[in-house]
This record gives sequence, C-alpha cells and structure tokens, in this order.
Amino acid sequence: MRQTRSLLIWLAPALALLSSCETLMTGPPPEDSLLDGPVAGLTTEQSGQFLRGDVAFNDEVFTSANGLGPLFVSNSCGSCHAGDGKGHPATTLTRFGQVDSTGNPFAGRQGPQLQHRALPGLMPEVLPAGVVHSRFTPPANTGLGFLDAVPDDALLALADPNDRDGDGISGRPNWITVPDYATLRPDARPRAGKYIGRFGKKAAAYDLLHQTASAYNQDMGVISFFEDRDPNTHNVLDPEVSNQKVQDVVAYLKFLKAPQPRETEQAAVLAGEQLFVQVGCGKCHTPELRTGDSPVAALANRPVRAYTDLLLHDMGPGLNDGYTEGSAQPAEWRTPPLWGLGLSPNSQGGSYFLLHDGRARSIEAAIAQHGGEATGSRDRHDRLSAAEQRQLVDFLKSL
Amino acid sequence: MKKLLTLLLLAVTGPALAQIDPTLLRDPGLLRRVPTDTTGRPQLNMDAVYNRPFLQAGRLPVALGGYVEANYQNGRTDGIGEGHQFQMRRVTLFVSSAISKRVKFLTEIEFEDGTKEINIEFASVDFEFSPLLNVRGGIVMNPIGAFNQNHDGPKWEFVDRPIAATQLLPATWSNVGAGFFGKKYTDRWVFAYEAYLTNGFDNSVVDNAESRTFLPASKANPDRFEENFNGQLLTTAKVALRRQKVGELGLSHMGQVYNKFEDDGLVLDQKRRLDVWAVDANTTLPGSGTALTGEWAWVRVNVPDNYAPQYGGRQIGGFLDLVQPVRKGRVFGYEHAVLNAGLRLEYVDWNRNRFTETGGAIGDETWALVPALSWRSSPLTVVRLNYRQQWARDFLGNPSVRSATVQLGLSSYF
Repeated sequence: MRQTRSLLIWLAPALALLSSCETLMTGPPPEDSLLDGPVAGLTTEQSGQFLRGDVAFNDEVFTSANGLGPLFVSNSCGSCHAGDGKGHPATTLTRFGQVDSTGNPFAGRQGPQLQHRALPGLMPEVLPAGVVHSRFTPPANTGLGFLDAVPDDALLALADPNDRDGDGISGRPNWITVPDYATLRPDARPRAGKYIGRFGKKAAAYDLLHQTASAYNQDMGVISFFEDRDPNTHNVLDPEVSNQKVQDVVAYLKFLKAPQPRETEQAAVLAGEQLFVQVGCGKCHTPELRTGDSPVAALANRPVRAYTDLLLHDMGPGLNDGYTEGSAQPAEWRTPPLWGLGLSPNSQGGSYFLLHDGRARSIEAAIAQHGGEATGSRDRHDRLSAAEQRQLVDFLKSL
Repeated sequence: MKKLLTLLLLAVTGPALAQIDPTLLRDPGLLRRVPTDTTGRPQLNMDAVYNRPFLQAGRLPVALGGYVEANYQNGRTDGIGEGHQFQMRRVTLFVSSAISKRVKFLTEIEFEDGTKEINIEFASVDFEFSPLLNVRGGIVMNPIGAFNQNHDGPKWEFVDRPIAATQLLPATWSNVGAGFFGKKYTDRWVFAYEAYLTNGFDNSVVDNAESRTFLPASKANPDRFEENFNGQLLTTAKVALRRQKVGELGLSHMGQVYNKFEDDGLVLDQKRRLDVWAVDANTTLPGSGTALTGEWAWVRVNVPDNYAPQYGGRQIGGFLDLVQPVRKGRVFGYEHAVLNAGLRLEYVDWNRNRFTETGGAIGDETWALVPALSWRSSPLTVVRLNYRQQWARDFLGNPSVRSATVQLGLSSYF
C-alpha cells in the first residue's frame, strides 16, 4: 500500500507534466507579430525550396573554412536580417564612389562596397580619402516576392518624372544595367538597353537573384557562379556556394509572406490611415500595388499593400550623402515599403533605426527628415495637431 | 575479403578469450564492486575521475566501469518543435589499472549520441611521490571549474548538462599533456591543487559556425591529441579547499595563445590570448539537507578589432543546482532509495561587448530555469524528470526566444 502511494506521489506530477505538454510548451507568437513564414498557397515543391532556403539564409554561418571573406561585412544572411526584419547599425554596409549616373569609378577596383571587416590577421578595406559614401541599413525581406511580381507597366504608370500633374512629386524608375545571369521579366520595359531596378535603397538591383548573388559576394565575400569575382582582388575564383543554394535563398525571399497589419479596427489607426492619405504620404508610399501574372500561383494577380511605388524620389539635401547608384541622383531614394514598419524594433534590438542609414530613431524623426519632393507632405504633417500626429504614427505602427 | 576479416578476428579474439579465467565466465559473482572510497577522507571534485564504482574480476589488477545516459524529450521553441524524441546521450566506459603500488592508469572512453562522437576523455598514468606530489601524463581533463572533471551523468539530477559548462566552457574538455596534482589533509580541511600543461585551443574559437566566440569549437579538432595547433601550451591550474561537513570551494584558471600567429616562419597575426577564470562551490545545508552545487566562469578572448561583432571578447556564465531530498528509504520497493526535488538556474552571456556603432549592449545571452524530480533507486542509478524553460536573446538584443522542454531520462553506472 505504501509502495503504491509512493509510486503515485512520484508519478502523478510526472504524468501531469507529460499529459499537459500543450499547456507547458511554448505557444507560437501571434502570426501578425512575425515577418518570417511562407506565403499561403505554395506547392509542396515550393514549400520544400522555401525550407531549404530558410536554412541557408538563417542558419548557415560562413567561416574561413566555407568561404567567408577574407574581407566581408557580415558572416551570414540572417545576422543582417534578423527575423527577416530591418537591420541594425552594427550590420550596416557602406557603399562609395559614385557621384552621378555616369557610373562608379571604383567598380572593379575597390568598390562599390566597403568590406570593413576581415578574417583574423588580415586588414579590412578603408574608404579612399575624400570619397563620397553612404551607409545602408539592411532592409526587411518581407513580401519581396510580391514586389518582384509587380509588372513594369504598373511602376511606369505611377512614374511622373517631369511632374506633369504639378503635385510636386516626380517619381521615376532607376534604369540600370542588368547582369548577364538575370532572367528578364516577360513584361520588361527596357529603355536604351537598361531596365527598371526595384530592390535596394537606390533600386539598383533588378531582381532577387541579382540582390542575393550580390549580397553573397559583396556582404560575405562568398563567390558564386553568378558573381564569380573576389570583391577585394577582383580575381575570378571557384564558387564557394552552389547554384542550388543561391536559388533556394532566392526562392526563400520570394516566398516570404507579406506582413499582416495589426489593430486595424482601432479608431486611432483608422483615423491615422485617413490622415496618411490626406497629408499626401500615399503619393510616394502608394498604399496598394498589384502583382501581374507569375509562375508562382500564390503570388499572381494579388493586391500588394506595401506602401511603396518602387520609384526614385528626390528627398532633399538632408538625405543627400553625395553617393548614388544606377541612374539615380544622389538625393534620390527608392520609396521604402512601409509594411512591417511597426515590427522593426523586433529586429533592430528593441529600437527604431529608420531611413537609409538608420539615422532616425523614431517614426516621428524619420518624417521630420523628409525633404525634397516630400517637403509638402512633411509640412502638412507638421501642421496636424499633436493628437492627429499620434494617430498617424499609430497607423504606421499597425502596418 | 570477408573470410579474411573473419579469420583475422578469430585469430585476435581466440588468444584473448583464452586469457580470461574460465571460472569468471561460469560465476560472474566473482566480479566484485570496488568501493568508491576506502580512505574515509573527504573527496573533492578532482577525485571524481577515480571516485567511481568500478568492477574488479578476482585478483586482476584491472577494474572496469562505466555509465549510460538516455532520455525522452519533447521541446518547443516559440511553438515549433521536433516532436517526441528518444535520445541515447552517451555510453561511457572506464578502465583503471593499478600498474604498481604507486603507479596507476585510468581511461574513460565515451560514445555520444549513438556513435556520432567517440572520444577518449581521459587516459592518464599517475605516479605518486607523496600525497602532495603526484605526476600525471596522458590525456587529462583540464581542471577548469568543477563540472569538467565531475561530469558523470548518474551524479546529476538534470538530464541536460549545464549550458555554461558545455557551451561557454567546453566540457568535457580533455587534452594531451602532463602536470602535477596533490592534496594536503588536516583534521577538518583538505587543500588540493592541480596544474597541467597541455595542447589546447585553435582559431575556431573565433572562426566558427556558431557565430559567437565559442571555446567548445576547438573540441572538433581531433588533431589536438597529436599536434599542438600553434605550438603554445595551454596552462590550467586549480586550487580547491574543502572543509569537512561544510563544502568545497574551487578556483581555477585556464589560458593560452589560441591563434595561429605564425606558420612556416611567416607572421600571420599577433598573438591572441584567451583566459578563463572559474569559481565552483558545493555544500549541503545542515538541517534541510539541501545540496547546492554551482559554478561561475569568466572568459576573456582577444578578438581582432575588425572582426564580426558577434564574436565577443568577454563572456560570463554559470549555474546553480539546488537538490532537496524529499524522501529517503524504501521507495517503490527499493531499499535505500531517495526521491529528490531540484531546481537548476542557468545563465550565459556570450558577448559582453558593446556595439561600436550605437554604444548599446550586445545581446547573445541565455537564461534557463529547470525544475526537476529525481528518483534514485540506489546511489548508482537516477531516473529524472525535468522541465526546462529557456529564454535566449540574439546578439542584437531582440526580444527573447522562449523554449520549453519536458525530459524524462535515466542514467546509471554499471
């Protein structure tokens, strides 16, 4: 009898613990608080590629043994894009040398990107004296497949390079030279042998393969079949990452879901959304684009509420670092998508580091530093009451 | 080829079997368990390697022993897990031999995760000149902290080894080398020391896929048992003090130039040192009988200035185990059984640096709380139920990732 009682005393909590696993185990965070995760409706094959790309992107760390550097900016994709969100100043990269649309005189020599870190025993690059440069904070990866699937025609329809409508906003595409390995979009609209770039702070990357192969090469010093030159010596080297892995990472980025807005029914958020339009923010941060036909059914003909037009806008002297890429002018920046903005602190160490180099430590500070074409909108924002400004920020944080 | 191998095996095993006393095979009762301690003197962590239950056959001067460790677990991190898992953590075999009255040998061979890892964790010959002066040579367990030397599964009430012992410090950390150890007894006190020169660390401390300064990365270098990576010796020294009926306090240090600073006469880099200090303590509270065991370590590594910020130059971490016997005596029909309740507190910060860009603190830290129940049917065997709650923060200091794991496992000497 006593033995049985002892057994029960010991086993009861054990069994209770095991049988209540669901209660004791951690539950998933709310879906709308995460930026990672696949878009709904992928095929089994696409899901498999997403998983392989997830491992390569978030888990693979490069070392001297598997291709890191010898000069580099960071040692893994995931270290710059934690949780697929915006990056931190510690993972910011520096580009230099190009002052206008005629090209980068440092390309093929030291530039265009500074590899400011090095394997032990080696010296990293330093900026050439007096050269123009700009620091770029890593962007969020979320919803990139949707942005990739927006047709060129949709972007051209939003462009107004000569400000014919007289609203002070004159977005235009960044016309760039496309690398040989990129596959042109079926609906591509070239101009003088150049194509519309849409990724990166200056929209200087054509597609996600261009962006990914460049990042392996310029950020981590990892040679691929696509970008086969050492970023420091510029010698052609054997690939250090397989084509399959690069394509898996491209697929991962393409299949990442779009951020889910939060608290969309709150009065302040709804009022802020009205103010966003009323102030004119939406003229560049276009609330909704639409994807065209796509070989990925889950991405085809869908609304894209990214709050960007993917076009270049003159942001004024305050944000002009003197450096540029493609056909963009130094003061021109691609409109960054605002979706996921409210989740930025979850990947930026608990704080905001906004604008292209993370100089703005809050949404309010980022708005205040808008100039150039955005001057009118900024001034209208400044004339809002304090309560209205809070509502606008509440809306932006809900994205 | 198969026939040739079979013949070879028969040729090798035949004489070996012939050397075994046939009476042992008929009567396994002749195998006797060697008492773990015959002196009655207080034992320290440094004695753990010999203070194990061995089996001896007749009058053979060789004793055998070992332990096994296996468990079930189900864990999730932020709601995602691998489901139900059974794990064969390790099987460890000990062989000790009294070569002569004052010369002895012991080896510990470990098979981890099935046979994924096979390591010689200890294989040393000890020469005794006096209790205060012994010389040890071979593969030694560097005496940093206490867990590295006193790590046998059946001694602990927790399924997982402490994070600070295995992912900050590199337990089990063994190297080939030599050194001295000794003890001085008084009525109530024992003073002990150990000092060794061994092979040791390498560049992987800061050039590894863990994306953090990670001392255990050097364990992956099997060449360290035949070749010193950079020709610089790892020094490890420990002093320990134990007062009878109170407890033990140990202080230890381990240090070395870890990087390949020159090769073939060419200078590759400056010499970069790593240094580890550790304090360990254990006691049993009078009255309640609560056993407290803890260890804390400070790590300092010279990391190149222009290297990735994930690799920090300063680390800290440790653990504290509280174990409370709640029932002693006959449990489930087993005489001399003990039922324990336990709690482990763990913390490791792999990067105490600050971001040069923002001045903010770098994250990369983990906390854990592990409530436990254990049942010891005898001192040699433990069945344990653990529930691990763990919070881990990445190097940017983003919101922590929470994990929860239920574990039910056993560990036993045999």
